[in-house]
Amino acid sequence: MRFCLNCWQKSGQNLLSIIIYNMKKMGNHISIFRISLLSFVFLFQFSLSLRAQDAAPDAAAATEAPADAGAAGGGDAAAGKALFNTHCAACHKMDAKATGPALRGVAAKYDRAWLQTWIRNSSEMVKSGDAKAVAIFKEYNGAVMTPFPQLSDKDIDDILAYTSEEKKAPAPPSNATAGPPGTQGSDSGISNNVILGALIVVMGILVVMLVMVNRVLTRVAESRGLEIPARTAGMPIWKAFAKNQFLVFVTSVFLLLAAGYFVYGYTMQVGVDQGYEPIQPIHYSHKIHAGDNEIDCKYCHSAARVSKNAGIPSLNVCMNCHKNISEVAETTATPEYSKAFYDAEIQKLYDAVGWDKNAQKYTGKTKPVKWVRIHNLPDFAYFNHAQHVTVAGLECQECHGPVEEYELMKQYSPLTMGWCIDCHRKTDVKIKDNGYYTKIHEELSKKYGVEKLTAAQMGGLECGKCHY
Amino acid sequence: MSSNKKYWKSVEELNGSSIVETLKQNEFAEPLPVDQFLGDKEALASSSTTRRDFLKYVGFSTAAASLAACEGPVHKAIPYVVQPEQIIPGVAEYYATTAFDGFDFANILVKTREGRPIKIENNNMPGAKFSANARVHASVLSMYDSLRLKNPKIGGKSVSWSDVDARVKMGLDDAKARGGQVVILTGTLASPSTEKLVNEFIARTPNARHVVYDAVSSSEALDAYEMAYGQRALVDYDFSKANLIVSVGADFLGDWQGGGYDSGYAKGRIPQQGKMSRHFQFEANMSLSGANADKRVPMSVADQKQALVKIYNIITGQSVGTTKIAAEDQVTKAAQQLKAAGSKGVLVCGIDDKNAQLLVLAINQALSSEAFVGAPARMVRKGSNAAVKQLIDDMKADKVHTLIMSGVNPVYTLPDASDFVVGLKKTKMSVAFSMKEDETASMTTIAAAAPHYLESWNDHMFTSGSYALTQPTIRPLFNTRQFQDALLTWTGYNGSFYDYIKANSSAYTAGSSWNQVLHDGVIATAAAGPSAGTVNAAAAASALAAAKKQGEFELVIYTKTGMGDGQQANNPWLQELPDPITRVSWDNYATVSKADAEKLGISNWVVADGGLNGGYISLTVGNATLERVPVIVQPGQAPGTIGLSLGYGRKAALKEAMQTGVNAYALYKGFNSVQPVSVKKADGTHEFACVQSQKTLMGRGDIIKETTLDVYNKENAEVWNPIPVVSLDHKETPVTKVDLWESFDRSVGHHFNLSIDLNACTGCGACVIACHAENNVPVVGKEEVRRSRDMHWLRIDRYYSSEDTFKQDVQKKEEMDGLFGEKGSLGGFGQMEEPADNPQVAFQPVMCQHCNHAPCETVCPVAATSHSRQGHNHMAYNRCVGTRYCANNCPYKVRRFNWFLYAQNDEFDFHMNDDLGRMVLNPDVNVRSRGVMEKCSFCVQLTQEVILRAKKDGRPVKKDEFYVACSAACSSGALVFGDVNAKEDEVAKLSQSDRSYHLLEHVGTKPNVFYHVKVRNV
Repeated sequence: MRFCLNCWQKSGQNLLSIIIYNMKKMGNHISIFRISLLSFVFLFQFSLSLRAQDAAPDAAAATEAPADAGAAGGGDAAAGKALFNTHCAACHKMDAKATGPALRGVAAKYDRAWLQTWIRNSSEMVKSGDAKAVAIFKEYNGAVMTPFPQLSDKDIDDILAYTSEEKKAPAPPSNATAGPPGTQGSDSGISNNVILGALIVVMGILVVMLVMVNRVLTRVAESRGLEIPARTAGMPIWKAFAKNQFLVFVTSVFLLLAAGYFVYGYTMQVGVDQGYEPIQPIHYSHKIHAGDNEIDCKYCHSAARVSKNAGIPSLNVCMNCHKNISEVAETTATPEYSKAFYDAEIQKLYDAVGWDKNAQKYTGKTKPVKWVRIHNLPDFAYFNHAQHVTVAGLECQECHGPVEEYELMKQYSPLTMGWCIDCHRKTDVKIKDNGYYTKIHEELSKKYGVEKLTAAQMGGLECGKCHY
Repeated sequence: MSSNKKYWKSVEELNGSSIVETLKQNEFAEPLPVDQFLGDKEALASSSTTRRDFLKYVGFSTAAASLAACEGPVHKAIPYVVQPEQIIPGVAEYYATTAFDGFDFANILVKTREGRPIKIENNNMPGAKFSANARVHASVLSMYDSLRLKNPKIGGKSVSWSDVDARVKMGLDDAKARGGQVVILTGTLASPSTEKLVNEFIARTPNARHVVYDAVSSSEALDAYEMAYGQRALVDYDFSKANLIVSVGADFLGDWQGGGYDSGYAKGRIPQQGKMSRHFQFEANMSLSGANADKRVPMSVADQKQALVKIYNIITGQSVGTTKIAAEDQVTKAAQQLKAAGSKGVLVCGIDDKNAQLLVLAINQALSSEAFVGAPARMVRKGSNAAVKQLIDDMKADKVHTLIMSGVNPVYTLPDASDFVVGLKKTKMSVAFSMKEDETASMTTIAAAAPHYLESWNDHMFTSGSYALTQPTIRPLFNTRQFQDALLTWTGYNGSFYDYIKANSSAYTAGSSWNQVLHDGVIATAAAGPSAGTVNAAAAASALAAAKKQGEFELVIYTKTGMGDGQQANNPWLQELPDPITRVSWDNYATVSKADAEKLGISNWVVADGGLNGGYISLTVGNATLERVPVIVQPGQAPGTIGLSLGYGRKAALKEAMQTGVNAYALYKGFNSVQPVSVKKADGTHEFACVQSQKTLMGRGDIIKETTLDVYNKENAEVWNPIPVVSLDHKETPVTKVDLWESFDRSVGHHFNLSIDLNACTGCGACVIACHAENNVPVVGKEEVRRSRDMHWLRIDRYYSSEDTFKQDVQKKEEMDGLFGEKGSLGGFGQMEEPADNPQVAFQPVMCQHCNHAPCETVCPVAATSHSRQGHNHMAYNRCVGTRYCANNCPYKVRRFNWFLYAQNDEFDFHMNDDLGRMVLNPDVNVRSRGVMEKCSFCVQLTQEVILRAKKDGRPVKKDEFYVACSAACSSGALVFGDVNAKEDEVAKLSQSDRSYHLLEHVGTKPNVFYHVKVRNV
């Protein structure tokens, strides 16, 4: 095994990351060795997560600090933020051009009254020939800004107060700055070292103490004149064991059975890639999309409703949202993955789809993303998503696991034939409101004398239903 | 007593030659190079690698290799950047379009998956008359031909299209300056827009003209029609309206006048209310039409001419003098019946003679035949022999400056190709639009890469009153440009050919819209045809009657079901499609009658490995000789005639395995399918790849049950369709009532059945290719087919009768008694293996019968094949270990074993071995690996798809919604698939028909495929 040699040469913090990295890369094969590694990692994880929790409040504090500073500018920046998110964020960003210009510091550039008129009805201003208005209108290729007559002066002041806030200082570099996965956790590694060192020192002290105690006791015994009885050399236990044929027999049977059990277990997992979690070309987080933002699975995997393939969404689907979302919120960043890291990943999407976020247009230079396929069903097994999603009405999670919690997608189910069959045996066919099943269900339930039919009773175990 | 015999192995040994003595002393003729592989002892001893080390290395590398194999491969998934709106990965899209390559034509639907066409289906819209034949079904694979011309080339070098434009402009200007002729040579266009465009080009170019050239000519028939009706067209006969069909040498179920008559013909062949059409065939070669005829008379073409005049005499009451022929009375009988049938009769003729074709028009007019009068004009052949001859003469006389060709390959297809080549070299500029760098394109100045019809826009008018559109179903695979687009560029038109068609279409799409016609693929309007006038053909009749037989043998040139005119020679599906009559694949050959074969001393024989062998002959027509033409002794071949098919013997731009057969175009002198030929026996033995060496039924009336219309009408079904009986408790019991097994209840849910009507099946082979395309059936090559390792899931067995009729065969078998003598099983019985000189022929499509009591299922040691409730006999490839017990236990011999890996294997260099060819594979069906058994699955992927569609919509499956590849491809209605538990499905009704029976019913396998008794109207 390649990595064990490397690992021991490196310091503790790198050991952890290398193991994690290699696990991800290897990904698909469980071995006893790997299980032991896992438990090893598990131990380390405790110290890591402890530190991570410590870090979280720091970040929260950092976000709050500048908000107070902004409140000084006339309006209520906090209320302004809410209004900004409701009305403006679709087209404007604070620090970058989007459909419209970046808005940070806009109050300083334009007269407040002018801004109020502009926000309430910009096209009117353009028509009237206001020089500034026409200039902006032309700069953004004649894109008309939605008029907001409903906003009061106070609202606008609030928004402007929010936009006048100073840009926050970048998050402290100590907790997770940019960098490839695998280099994070360098700070937590230091604490690991300390703990390890401390433990070793304690152990050393203990050993020394024991040796000393032993020596003292021996000396005491000598001084008291007590004779320590010498051990009589009886028959060694292994010889006794070897002499007892029955024991030998039982033990060998046990060992053989155990060996058989493990060998069988080993062979049965060959080709089963449960837990396969490869590194993807773009770090796509289902947790952020499906979990935090609650985007429906089938918004992106729309083909799952109609096709045998669920379909990896084409990049134009990503761009439906990411045309406007070029960076993640501060709160999205985690100790493990910083905002800069996520933003870099979004930039990868832009590179792939050929989107120039500064010019806000497509360059036409595309670079299709080569995702690593996670669920690899063999060729001879036919599986149809539509049958399970549309007809049976299964939730995606039943087979794919709690995807909304996955930072990185992985294979949740074993995808073995036994697993398929098991479910077909247990699951009742969803016949409600499906005209197809009316007749066949009536006849079959009469035949089997049951109210509900499982997929198996409907013929879902026949070889040729999946193998052709 | 000891023998003094001397045993010897060769004459040399017997004579005591010294060489033999020397050789005897040495075990090996040449000393073995032992030193080379062992080296000297010293070198071995001084080697640093000891035996132990060597073994260690071996052990280590084996262990390392097996460890490395545990690592799963990484698969990539690459989604679209911008997904086209209509494409959903995993869902098939269908586009209506029209196929036409100058020879074959059809109204079709193209099934595409992820934007690539994978299968051709028939378009069933009203107005879409022409269904796909085997070649059109296979054409989708021809698009993915890796040897296509990928770039335009000038002088053999790839160039850009602007270079081509510049070169052509220069050439045309030069032609203008010099006053040289500019000729556009195309196949039949049958496209209103293209014709208009060509005319515009000609109008703008001085000295330009358009020559239409059909490789397989119908020029004489066109001339006759033009003379009678003033339009250059053919008759689109409607055989469904005819009760009596007389064909004199016309293989109208084959490619006669373009073909496509089989669906109309088959309609009249299914007995309804005690009636079906009757069909007489007088012909030289055994053709598909002859095989399906009720009465077939083998007849040389010279005799056919006389017969035609005799029929003309009887129908019209004329008395043109004729010479006596052998089958006089049969001709008279047919003619009298034709006269009696009146307007319900029709006569067709395949003789390449204007007089004969005039007689046909006259006879049908006289009959006022319903199949003829008012039949639309067919525009799929327009070629003129005279114009082509004129062109070659002009070229040789250096009059032609520029020659622009599209869709033709005259260097291969012209009988006097050398003249054409001489002329071609004299032209200043020649352009060939071609999909391949074929014989012609490799000799022209410019080889212009043309797209496949599945990549092109076009419009078509196959018959008057029908307008069809061709639309691209895939972005052009290579840097190709349509001939029409090029013409537009050269005439300076702004816009593409698509715009041009659209602008032109309004005249034809009246009452509909462009989008609607594009969606439907076709629009039908009222068609005009020949009216019920008279054609004066007395002069033609006398001229025809005066025609004399020339030469010792008549060579009758035809086209084969698989290869047609040879355009798709690089298509492995078509090469491996067995000819429906001879059942030989990968070859063309001379068909010779038994009598002539004996005279020539030629025969066919089957060798130990089951392969068919045959001798060679050489054929000489005029100055052209074809050496070493393999011979098939063909029952039913008219004595004195030899058949030879076109389309083979190509070399250019063909994979080596496809370079099969001999080029019969060399003998196609004057574009006449009949040539006086002299025949000589040649040395050597030819190895055929024939899939059926058993020619006759051996009187096995239970395999193909047949009866006559008379008996069928008068007697009960028990008489002509008896259920076999077995002895149960010493009582004769129908086999359907006896059962070894408990039967499952099959009344619930779907239960699929396939109905095959032997009356409607013409043996055209479209289903076989459709099955290939749908099920990723591999091509195995000539050698493997010869070893009976063909992988066809569906085969069409062809049987000859040994006596004159199958009925007599049955009778003869029944009367067999004892061992020896005429009626003994070791005596006369053997004769039944020999087909008659003019046998009856029957076709029988056989695929897995999906037995409810399947013998294969019970013998599988690993339960890889099992039964479904829906009637499928499932085959789980991944479970199969390849014992082949199932194939041995199958009474129908429909299981196929993968002896090798046929995909991505250089030993089988067909479409599955190149990236382009694999694009045709159906992603819903798995590509089988080496060592597993496979067979017809009843297209379980299609039935599953239909069910899923219904489930998704939440509705019951519609009437006749189920289909399989073969049933969808069958245009004659012989194959009908459906659910017998759905009482309104057509197949449920057919299963109740008194004509239905099961193949080998007495075996008790209870198949889910049933046949219909063949009824002959004799």
